Amino acid sequence: MITTSGLTKVYQSRGREVTALDGVDLHVREGEVYGVIGQSGAGKSSLIRCVNLLERPTSGTVTVAGQDLTALAGRGRRAGQELRRARSRIGMVFQHFNLLDSRTVRDNVELPLEILGVSGRERTRKALELLDLVGLADKAKAYPGQLSGGQKQRVGIARALAGDPKVLLSDEATSALDPETTRSILQLLRDLNQELGLTVLLITHEMDVVKTVCDSAALMRRGRVVESGTVGTLLATPGSELAHALFPVGGTASGPGRTVVDVTFHGDAAARPVISQLSRTYNIDISILGAAMDTVGGRQIGRMRIELPGRFEENVVPIGFLREQGLQAEIVGGEPAGATGIPAPVSAPLTEEVAK
Amino acid sequence: MTWSEMQPLLTQGTIDTLYMVLWSTLVTVAGGLPLGVLLVLTDKGGLLQNTVVNKVVGVIVNIGRSLPFIILLIALIPFTTWVVGTFIGPSAMIVPLAVGAIPFFARLVETAVREVDHGLVEAVQSMGGSIPTIIRKVLLPQALPSLVSAVTTTVIVLIGYSAMAGAVGGEGLGSKAVTYGFQRFDNQFMLITVALLILIVTVIQLIGDGAVRLLARRGRTSS
Repeated sequence: MITTSGLTKVYQSRGREVTALDGVDLHVREGEVYGVIGQSGAGKSSLIRCVNLLERPTSGTVTVAGQDLTALAGRGRRAGQELRRARSRIGMVFQHFNLLDSRTVRDNVELPLEILGVSGRERTRKALELLDLVGLADKAKAYPGQLSGGQKQRVGIARALAGDPKVLLSDEATSALDPETTRSILQLLRDLNQELGLTVLLITHEMDVVKTVCDSAALMRRGRVVESGTVGTLLATPGSELAHALFPVGGTASGPGRTVVDVTFHGDAAARPVISQLSRTYNIDISILGAAMDTVGGRQIGRMRIELPGRFEENVVPIGFLREQGLQAEIVGGEPAGATGIPAPVSAPLTEEVAK
Repeated sequence: MTWSEMQPLLTQGTIDTLYMVLWSTLVTVAGGLPLGVLLVLTDKGGLLQNTVVNKVVGVIVNIGRSLPFIILLIALIPFTTWVVGTFIGPSAMIVPLAVGAIPFFARLVETAVREVDHGLVEAVQSMGGSIPTIIRKVLLPQALPSLVSAVTTTVIVLIGYSAMAGAVGGEGLGSKAVTYGFQRFDNQFMLITVALLILIVTVIQLIGDGAVRLLARRGRTSS
């Protein structure tokens, strides 16, 4: 639905060049919620503004719904009519809501319809329908100044949906809101995504946002996408920074001679009670040191850190069992070299004990 | 001078002053508003960034602002004659008054429009709004309280200018004060004219402030 390739943005600032985007390739599939996460200055903001050409990329292309927007670009800073029409089909919500405080809530939602040249009565009907959709039907006549932050963002969302967009861009939409309001706004985005089949590209600096609503995520650092993929794929990628940040697990071995394993649940395996099966099959006691699990779309995904009695060599078989079940099992502190499934030479643990 | 002698002079003076100020204000707003908006749009980082236009307009505005009005008034006599056919009388005075006030008002408009949150402009751009749409639906309505305040200030400046215009053949309270108060040493008449000018300025300021308050209250607190 949204594809950027080789997207580069270089700002000229007093003769110095600042590279905000450095060859970003992003692919957002239709109907998914895609989160781009990164610290401030990572280039997220430039990225989302390049998607609807509010910022003109220095090089690279942006394709939204099959239309190459970079090819529509007018001269200089001015947007040609075709680009403006394309923009009207891409909704955008902002961190600071950007509502006109001189207009009522209803008139704010009508603004994009005025731009589209929709007639007065139709505008009102559509605006009220959208306000109803975001749960603010009773605030139509209020002014933005009379609303709370969460309500303002709901108006922002209603306004963004006025042009019946297929794509919604969210620029830190929840960053100015408290945690509870953030959750309700994210829930609304999720509902809209499912009910209207809306594709959502959001940027954020909060890992929680990605965890709550995103199907896919990308991590940005210094203008580059460092990692990207669906949450499941990220989890399945050993050493993925995003997976670790999304599902942080802690805990250390309760004593020497124990094996600590990080188990990653994703895909079909996550639906089965693997840990209790493991315990019963091999008659071993398993301690859970830490876990970060979430149910996304009826499936459990996440990571768990478990402790098995005995050293790694004694646990090769149970670990093999976990891997057979389609789970990913990483030994914390690394697997002894050459120990994949084959019992290690007896001398190795001995030297370890001697060293102590 | 008795009151019955003064009264028709004062009435005619007030009518002429208000006539000159009203029309020159209309011309000033019509000329200064687009100029002020143009200054913001063509500025660095503006929607119509254009250094040449910005500099040229900026220089013209600055020249207009730095000339003392009394000099401008005299310098413009040929131009006024060309436009109106004469340079004497209230109608003729509208020309130099507007020419003098346009640069002043344009700068006030520039300041007011520049203060509009850029996020709002961005929001309308993201909806597919064109530059005229942005001006009409965002910049002007959002800057409206400041613009009304700028008009008030300009009207008051124009009242001051119109009094000066009295010295160069204009009519109005200023001209009456010069003729009767100054040249005939009628201190009483002078004081009454001054009081009348103060009254007019105060009333205009009050109306302007009231309008700004009304506009600013809209939406910001509960109505």
